[in-house]
Amino acid sequence: MSDYTVGALYILAAGLFVLSLKWMNSPKSARRAVLAGELGMLLAVVGTLLRHEVVDFKLIFAAFLIGSAVGVPLAYLMPMTAVPQRTALSHAFGALAAALVGTAEYYRETPDPHGVVIVALVLETLLGFLTFTGSLMAFGKLQEILPARPIVYRNQNVINLSLLAVAAGLGVWLIVQPQQTWIFPIFAGLSLLFGVLLIIPIGGADMPTVIALLNAYAGLSASAMGFALGNKLLIIAGALDGSSGLILSIIMCRAMNRSFTNVLFGAFGHVQKKAAEVEHRPVRSASPEEAAAILDVARSVIIVPGYGLAVAQAQHKLRELSDELTRRGVDVKFGIHPVAGRMPGHMNVLLAEAEIPYERLFEMDAINGDFAQADVALVIGANDVTNPAARTDESSPIYGMPILNVDQARTVMVIKRSMNPGFAGIDNPLYYMDKTLMLFGDAKVFITELVKELAEAAKAA
Amino acid sequence: MLSDLEVALYVFMLATFLGLEVIRRVSPLLHTPLMSLTNAISAIAVVGAILITGAAHASTLSRVLGFIAVTCSTINVVSGYLITDRMLKMFKTRRSSEAEGRK
Repeated sequence: MSDYTVGALYILAAGLFVLSLKWMNSPKSARRAVLAGELGMLLAVVGTLLRHEVVDFKLIFAAFLIGSAVGVPLAYLMPMTAVPQRTALSHAFGALAAALVGTAEYYRETPDPHGVVIVALVLETLLGFLTFTGSLMAFGKLQEILPARPIVYRNQNVINLSLLAVAAGLGVWLIVQPQQTWIFPIFAGLSLLFGVLLIIPIGGADMPTVIALLNAYAGLSASAMGFALGNKLLIIAGALDGSSGLILSIIMCRAMNRSFTNVLFGAFGHVQKKAAEVEHRPVRSASPEEAAAILDVARSVIIVPGYGLAVAQAQHKLRELSDELTRRGVDVKFGIHPVAGRMPGHMNVLLAEAEIPYERLFEMDAINGDFAQADVALVIGANDVTNPAARTDESSPIYGMPILNVDQARTVMVIKRSMNPGFAGIDNPLYYMDKTLMLFGDAKVFITELVKELAEAAKAA
Repeated sequence: MLSDLEVALYVFMLATFLGLEVIRRVSPLLHTPLMSLTNAISAIAVVGAILITGAAHASTLSRVLGFIAVTCSTINVVSGYLITDRMLKMFKTRRSSEAEGRK
């Protein structure tokens, strides 16, 4: 009887997870999606607690309490600019959980795990451990505990790949001879080490792809756990998570015109240009007054935000600017590149936090045709995604990457701290165009000045 | 009859295809909340962790590892759903944000 109940609860939970993802297709139904997901998880947990194999509840409830005590503040106190770090951290938690369950299962089943189980356990622990340390490294880079630039050393790819080969070899050995328990700790250790080495050569600008990829790995390791335990619900939920991570990483790769291999092993291609090689060409800079005077007479403005906006925490000030412009009849739109920010969709969340209505946020393909008619394109803290060299200069490392056509606007304004050629070290010809005005300063401070100037101009008129 | 493994592989394959189709339709606007939502869903690993921790005659190793795993998964479930909802609450249309401004 109880087995049927558990089975029914699991099937309901799987259905709810699918519905949950389906309802994410539009902001209108998205909150229902969260509800479906929560309900699915509740049914899955209740179903599991009802199973007759589960007899000891003390530790489980203690863990629920501790987990909730950590989870609730993590969700409510985390500023929106730090969502990429939080996501990386939770990939790490999820992967660790899968890896530890796999480890416990291995020792429980030994000396005689049956064929499929040991294959699944090896995959689960390999993916789980490498995703755990990999996600921690990504977290460290995003939180700036670790340097965001790629950490490279000689023969990196050879060393990494041979390490993976040794780990995989030990995994196969374990599959063939599961009773050789001494292999397991070495296998786990190498997986952990590989996760570290896989992520440290990857630079901050590639984080959107990396986070999506780690998301896929975490899902696959949960799916592998389903194979080991013979549990279809785990297989389904893990596969859904895996396919989500896969799709997001494909979108991110396409948006940078790069392949997976290039993102994962391409740190060497990203040779930083030396400062001496960068030409010192003249640029035109403008003060807040001058910039405000141009915005004052503009009829349409497209704002292009990037990671710099998040760093400067300038999203709320930007909303004030957008309101000030809208009030005087300016058509304000936001153009968002898929890889702007440090994770997929990061900019949209920041702008939504500042209560900018989402109808004003446009994807790259939807807005690129509008730049030619725009009076002003205002670039804030974005660099590579606006670089026209991606279209024309075959020698540029970002050649072929789809970009926002800001250079087609009548006037281009770029808010930037200095002429320092940014993180990727790629010079941006946009800055030297005759119609480009460089607005030097901190984004938040500069936008505050702009809003003040515009308000004063309105009063004077 | 299909073996258990065959059934499991079919389930995995179909769920992956279903996932790819469903997620392709998610608006890029919502990619960040999507990732935190799938993250919470993949904390379904909690099922395995509960089975390890609560089993009769579980070894100390199993209990310790299981306890950590339940804790980690619970963190993901709780913080994942809550932060997804917190983000989604912020996505407003022009009409709804104006309505709120008037209050």
